[in-house]
Amino acid sequence: MLRDFEHLAPKTLEEALTLLDEHQDECKVIAGGQSLLILMRQGLLAPEYLIDIKGVSELNYIESDAKQGLRIGALTTHRAIEKSPAMKNGFGVLAEMEHRLASIQTRNWGTIGGNICHGDPAGDPAPVLIALNATLSTASLGGTRNMAVEDFSLDFFETALEPGELLTEIQVPAAPPHTGTAHTKFNIIESDVATVGVAVSFTLDSGDGVCRDARIVLGACAPIPMRAKQAEEALRGKKITDRLLKEAGQKASEEAEAVSDISASEEYRRQLVKVLVGRMGKEALARAKQA
Amino acid sequence: MKKELRLVVNGQPYEFYVKPKTLLVEVLRDHLGLTGTKRGCNSGSCGACTVILNGMAVKSCSILALQADGGEVLTVEGLASGAELHPLQEAFLDHGAFQCGFCTAGMLMSAKSLLDENPEPTKEQIKEGIHGNICRCTGYNSIIRAVTAVVNGEYKEKK
Repeated sequence: MLRDFEHLAPKTLEEALTLLDEHQDECKVIAGGQSLLILMRQGLLAPEYLIDIKGVSELNYIESDAKQGLRIGALTTHRAIEKSPAMKNGFGVLAEMEHRLASIQTRNWGTIGGNICHGDPAGDPAPVLIALNATLSTASLGGTRNMAVEDFSLDFFETALEPGELLTEIQVPAAPPHTGTAHTKFNIIESDVATVGVAVSFTLDSGDGVCRDARIVLGACAPIPMRAKQAEEALRGKKITDRLLKEAGQKASEEAEAVSDISASEEYRRQLVKVLVGRMGKEALARAKQA
Repeated sequence: MKKELRLVVNGQPYEFYVKPKTLLVEVLRDHLGLTGTKRGCNSGSCGACTVILNGMAVKSCSILALQADGGEVLTVEGLASGAELHPLQEAFLDHGAFQCGFCTAGMLMSAKSLLDENPEPTKEQIKEGIHGNICRCTGYNSIIRAVTAVVNGEYKEKK
């Protein structure tokens, strides 16, 4: 049962920031609400004011530039990203991730910014965005800030957003040459939340398979989306082989801060990381060789 | 404090005064008496409450009614024209695409939204189109057969 709250529906970013500033201690921001309403219904959150930014249309856009990459407004829905022709220019992994994020109904209404600000370490977009080296912008009445998506999550359901601050945009840089990125998640019911999510991105020196840069990001394996840095280190500067990928999977499964919960035991999670890092590594490698 | 809400539901404009915490499904069922839309899991998991809002399938239990303000909603009651059932409804009947019927309204709305977007989906795409809707009776096969029959033109809309 939802508790009563006051509903404020700004139409512009300026209005939203003013309201947010005014009510910062007793408000929550709602975008699509596909995660927030569940928490409110469970009584875990009972804000006095709900600042409903779903109607702030200036934050709903996808801009694509061959050199700069993508700029995605925080209020862009998952489905809009999935269907956007802009994803065809080297961002196919984003479309694939969005396609499996949740049911169509949820993807039609939920937004990428809402997902990231929810701060759930099992969320799908953050690992992929971190693998793609994405950045984001926030705004408050005091000004704007930019940071790496990697630095945005601080703890379980906790982000770097200050009171009075809104996420406004996500920037995904155009990938360097010979870069391939792949993402998958394991779950019992298709399009459900991830039991374990894995995103892998490789940049090769050339088509020969020597790894210049590796980014391996785990979802639902730590309080925040987590870089598996030891696994990345095991690959950097080397020619990627099946044996090396296996080793990277092993390292990632050891460094994951996995815990047991209702969907999987810690041991099972580590096993999933080991297998999925290997699989996504193979896929990322194949894509990097073609890129 | 109640707020004003304007919605067009099945082509009919309405004005309500609702508490902000009112969900879209509550406006449809409790204020308008359109009880075809079902309230199932109440947590966005089962799809029984699926309606079409501004052309998109959404879960009406997971949207504040005020977020739909100014929007157009199509519910299962709006599918038939008069006594004439919608082709999907005819096909569901003929193919036994339900037993208890609790998922049917949501299933029909997801199928409708799929066909609006893509009139010729493959079997895989039909499965994807309804995967946000849980059915505990049929095992889905009869539902997929019913949608396929509509795709194959066996239930042309009678004009």
